[in-house]
Amino acid sequence: MASYSTNEFRSGLKVLLDGDPCIMLDNEFVKPGKGQAFNRVKLRNLMTNRVWERTFKSGESLEAADVIDQDMEYLYTDGEFWHFMLTDGSFEQYPADAKAVGDTVKWLKEQDVYTVTLYNGAPLIVTPPNFVELEVVDTDPGMKGDTAQGGSKPATLSTGAVVNVPLFITIGEVLKVDTRSGEYVSRVKSS
Amino acid sequence: MTENPVWQPSASQAVLKSRAQQLAFVRGFFAERRVLEVETPVLAQHGVTDVNLDGVFADVSAMGRRGGWLQTSPEYHMKRLLAAGSGSIYQISKVFRNGECGRRHNPEFSLLEWYRVGFDDNALMAEVSDLVCGWLGCPPPRLRSYREAMKVWAQLDPFEITDRDLARRCEQWLAPGQIAGLGRDGCLDLVMSFAVEPHLGQDVPEFITGYPASQAALARVSEVDGHDMAHRFELYINGLELCNGYWELADAGEQRQRFEADNQLRRRAGKPEMPVDDAFLAAMAAGLPDCAGVALGLDRLLMLKVGTKDISDVLAFPFARA
Repeated sequence: MASYSTNEFRSGLKVLLDGDPCIMLDNEFVKPGKGQAFNRVKLRNLMTNRVWERTFKSGESLEAADVIDQDMEYLYTDGEFWHFMLTDGSFEQYPADAKAVGDTVKWLKEQDVYTVTLYNGAPLIVTPPNFVELEVVDTDPGMKGDTAQGGSKPATLSTGAVVNVPLFITIGEVLKVDTRSGEYVSRVKSS
Repeated sequence: MTENPVWQPSASQAVLKSRAQQLAFVRGFFAERRVLEVETPVLAQHGVTDVNLDGVFADVSAMGRRGGWLQTSPEYHMKRLLAAGSGSIYQISKVFRNGECGRRHNPEFSLLEWYRVGFDDNALMAEVSDLVCGWLGCPPPRLRSYREAMKVWAQLDPFEITDRDLARRCEQWLAPGQIAGLGRDGCLDLVMSFAVEPHLGQDVPEFITGYPASQAALARVSEVDGHDMAHRFELYINGLELCNGYWELADAGEQRQRFEADNQLRRRAGKPEMPVDDAFLAAMAAGLPDCAGVALGLDRLLMLKVGTKDISDVLAFPFARA
């Protein structure tokens, strides 16, 4: 497996540290003019999601981690695994476990495309797109005309996610939601 | 190679203007003091022996020779001019340091280097203060010894601490396996960089003086309180290292010994040895006048002037866009 020397360090690099795959978030080069150079590196451990800070001497290296991001369509769940399929035409399928799916489970809609991070060929993380469009399956009755002023109520979406929505939203409407904040963005015009 | 190359400069037009004003200020400063501006080679046959400085190898072919080095500083050539009787001189030049890239480093940067015949380190510090504070409008720097700065900010005495205790102190940042190959000066550099530097020059600019003799490079060494200390100084402002100055070593024999010691360190670090620049040593043997010299990073000075912590804000095209 390839390795990266300190002068190849940059954010986005995927490396192995203490046996775990990590993504480099920040790399700071520190060197007194006439002295020894160091790299102070921030990494996110992709297994635990924890951020680590480590220092390296100039010239040290880290092993590359076999980590790649792939676009995949969500197919179905059998209760134990969530099954995804590559969108490159190969129809290759990958089962992701509950740990890989994590909180993304509440944004999973069949036939939508997600980013699946593979580590040594197996799903490690499933990331939703920044925005998803989901149907409201339950909420208090809408209040007609109350479109201008604030005020919100919870609404349950088809995936089970609950988001705060304006009072005028009714069951059956399709909403655009920001998956990063879990916030309602807008109604989607049904065409 | 990228699909969407960024063609625009990373420095704003206002900063580029400030850079031009800074150059004019520096030239005016030295013209008034009758210090001669010189130009020496950026591309030369020799690089430096310094274990922590890597020049950029240039595949040049000329006069039956192959290969040269982009200079890490104009020091050797400027000292040859001094030995030839130039008197006090200054130079603004592009210098190159391989592998150095970050928020405070770019592999190519602008260096202001000057030598004052008849000055010692104290006289030169006063002039650095006039230049830097004249440009930045800051209060004059305070003087603090390397030893005291280490005591205050890292709670250790760099001259008294044992190698073992120093290594243990470094475990705050590095694993024992990483510390093994670092050596005493590498450990001191680590403590200096991570525990001390961020505090230096925070309220007023600060000169750090009296470095350990092992970090003398091209500075004279004399005994203070029973310890050998280098007549070397650095200026820090807001935790940023701005310059490095020496009361210059004038002894050719001692100079050759230091070069050889450098190459020994290089061998141990698994780095290629650098052939010693004989023309420079011959100039030293012919006689370097009594002088003090300093190298000051102009990009960093501009960072302080415009108030940024990222060198790419003051470079038209940092290496990532160059």
